[in-house]
Amino acid sequence: MRITLFIPCLTDAFTPRAAVAIVKILEYLGHDVDVPATQTCCGQPMFNAGFHVEAKRLVTRMLDVFDGDATVVTPSGSCAALIRHHAPTLYAAGTPERQRVENLGGRLYEFVEFLVRVERMDLAAHDVRWDGDVTEHFPCHGRGIGLGDETMSLLRGIAGVRLHPLEHRDQCCGFGGTFAVKQPAISGGMLREKVSCIAATGADVVVCNDAGCAMNIAGGCHRAGTPVEVRSFAEILAEGLELLTREEPS
Amino acid sequence: MSGGPLDPPLPHRIASRAGAAGRDVQLQQFVNRATDIRDHARVEALDAAFGSRTEAVRTLAGQIKQHTLDHLDHYVGQFADAATAAGVHVHFAADGPAANEICLAIARRRGCRRCVKSKSMVTEETKLVPALQAAGIEAVETDLGEFIIQLDDDAPSHIVAPMIHKDRRAVGRAFEREIGAPYTEDPAELTAIARAHMRVQYQRADLGVSGANFLVAETGTVVICTNEGNADLSVSGPPVHIAFVGIEKLVPRLQDLPVFLKLLARSATAQPITIYTTMLTGPRRAADHDGPEEMHVILVDNGRTRLLAPDTRELLRCIRCGACLNTCPVYRKVGGGHAYGAVYSGPIGATITPLLAGLENYPDLPHASSLCGACFDACPVRIDLPGQLVRRRREMVETRVTGLLERSLMRAWAWSLRGPRRYRMATRLQRVGLRALGRAGWIRRAPPPLAGWTRERDLPVPARRSFHDWWKKRERGGRP
Repeated sequence: MRITLFIPCLTDAFTPRAAVAIVKILEYLGHDVDVPATQTCCGQPMFNAGFHVEAKRLVTRMLDVFDGDATVVTPSGSCAALIRHHAPTLYAAGTPERQRVENLGGRLYEFVEFLVRVERMDLAAHDVRWDGDVTEHFPCHGRGIGLGDETMSLLRGIAGVRLHPLEHRDQCCGFGGTFAVKQPAISGGMLREKVSCIAATGADVVVCNDAGCAMNIAGGCHRAGTPVEVRSFAEILAEGLELLTREEPS
Repeated sequence: MSGGPLDPPLPHRIASRAGAAGRDVQLQQFVNRATDIRDHARVEALDAAFGSRTEAVRTLAGQIKQHTLDHLDHYVGQFADAATAAGVHVHFAADGPAANEICLAIARRRGCRRCVKSKSMVTEETKLVPALQAAGIEAVETDLGEFIIQLDDDAPSHIVAPMIHKDRRAVGRAFEREIGAPYTEDPAELTAIARAHMRVQYQRADLGVSGANFLVAETGTVVICTNEGNADLSVSGPPVHIAFVGIEKLVPRLQDLPVFLKLLARSATAQPITIYTTMLTGPRRAADHDGPEEMHVILVDNGRTRLLAPDTRELLRCIRCGACLNTCPVYRKVGGGHAYGAVYSGPIGATITPLLAGLENYPDLPHASSLCGACFDACPVRIDLPGQLVRRRREMVETRVTGLLERSLMRAWAWSLRGPRRYRMATRLQRVGLRALGRAGWIRRAPPPLAGWTRERDLPVPARRSFHDWWKKRERGGRP
């Protein structure tokens, strides 16, 4: 299958390894991966902050960058939710842009969603092994695209993974984009609760698929002195398939 | 006039109370535990009753309410006609003072001196109790939680559980101090004290005030749901009953009621149905043993017709179950401290308060959310609360309530994303700048606008090489 990757700004700059892992897995699965060089940002930060004129310009750019009929895969559930659910509201019903954005939303998938719903990947059919103690945080925008415990199920399918359930796994970590900067006291309180739940699992690695939440949780663990590494599921899988060299938790 | 936790100086800044609430470990524990238990119990109760049909039931409830609001003029008229035919005096109040004045006029005419009042958020909006007291009418809250709040001269901090921020020790102290009861921490004894005290109030009262959970348009029926039976005692003993009801409480027909009774009790307290569900159609009839001689319904607008605008109409579907509060991670952190500074707290409060009282007066509330979406999932009438909060933010930008600095920063950021060259340049600048600030991969103190971030957590520095740079190099070098 021809797959176009959309790598949003935070993943691009802060967690590029998660995107590299996705490229290697998709190629391992036999797909033809393309990354349009003109892509930038879907406009989610502007949309969520209420800057809808600016957000609309960026979404309209996206429509040109990802024009066509190729399947688009992105590591970010929140960017996928923006395109699928929120971006259409920026255009009047019946306009060509509205149709194009709805079309894009219909062929754009978050990576785990793609593995489960499109690829229907059966891990048992692959030689995959990853030894370690893992817990999983559910990024809120998984909710927005109808995901539930898919990442947990996939993790359970990897030999060697010891999965420790996270209390309040689906409670927000306090990221919320500009929320983390605008309401630091509230956001910080939410984050400390998340970090203490993670610490209580005894896991060495917390799997988190959204780059923003991953930065927040990693920063919270580091500030608290909790020795937990934050990884995306794609990185765990790529390491398990020996497509990426395992990074030992430091 | 300002004063009291729900009536703060304006503009209200949430940080003025959120910090204190966040540091109060005991308060955090009460609120966290109480909301967490309720949230889990809600999910289980809905699942046990409706299973895979839960979504369909919530959608149905939302549609019934939406339909009613789409034709509100019709249903208000139908209710008024049916209730009048049943012997109810129906009044219309444009705002809080008008509603209170209608109540006071009735009380004056009937010579009422002592009022027993059951729980009603609308009377919190209109500040009825202080208005009654100012007119020389003694007013007692009969809902146990509200009664304790009243004794402590405090304010409710949750739509359904007004004293979610207090524990039984605080209750024991209030009873000892205010009604002379021997100190106890035993919930059963505390309830018995309140019950004995309250019975006397019911017997002495000459005015009963209630709210209502629903109004049935076709029959003119007022529906009140409680778990303590206090509303029944408040409105059936005294000769006069006055119900304060927001105009959004209407449902068209009696047959529309069950879905709401089922959803309300499960969403609020995980019960199959509230202990008491009282349907009042008119005052006492000749053959009745009890009931008021006079029954009044005051239909209160107080900003609601403004919310009928198409963009915000869905907010009026709210049945005040409190599920969005219980599930909200922000409410759990700050809710017990009256941080929302208004009658309605949590996600629903964060979006309706700025509409009712002005965005400029509550500029933090639309931003007091990570947009995690838990409230949208919990809402029994499917109000898109995160979407509504984003709309408030948009209105803040459009009306320039959002400051110049923030508008400039966001617009500069957006500009830098409008082409691949600018984007690469900005990403590189960000990488060089942040890596210079960092030590061993982390930044402990960042300058504005990232200072808020590093106040609470460390900031990882960007990776040495961005994904797009990796990809470009790989493409140039050819695939292995």
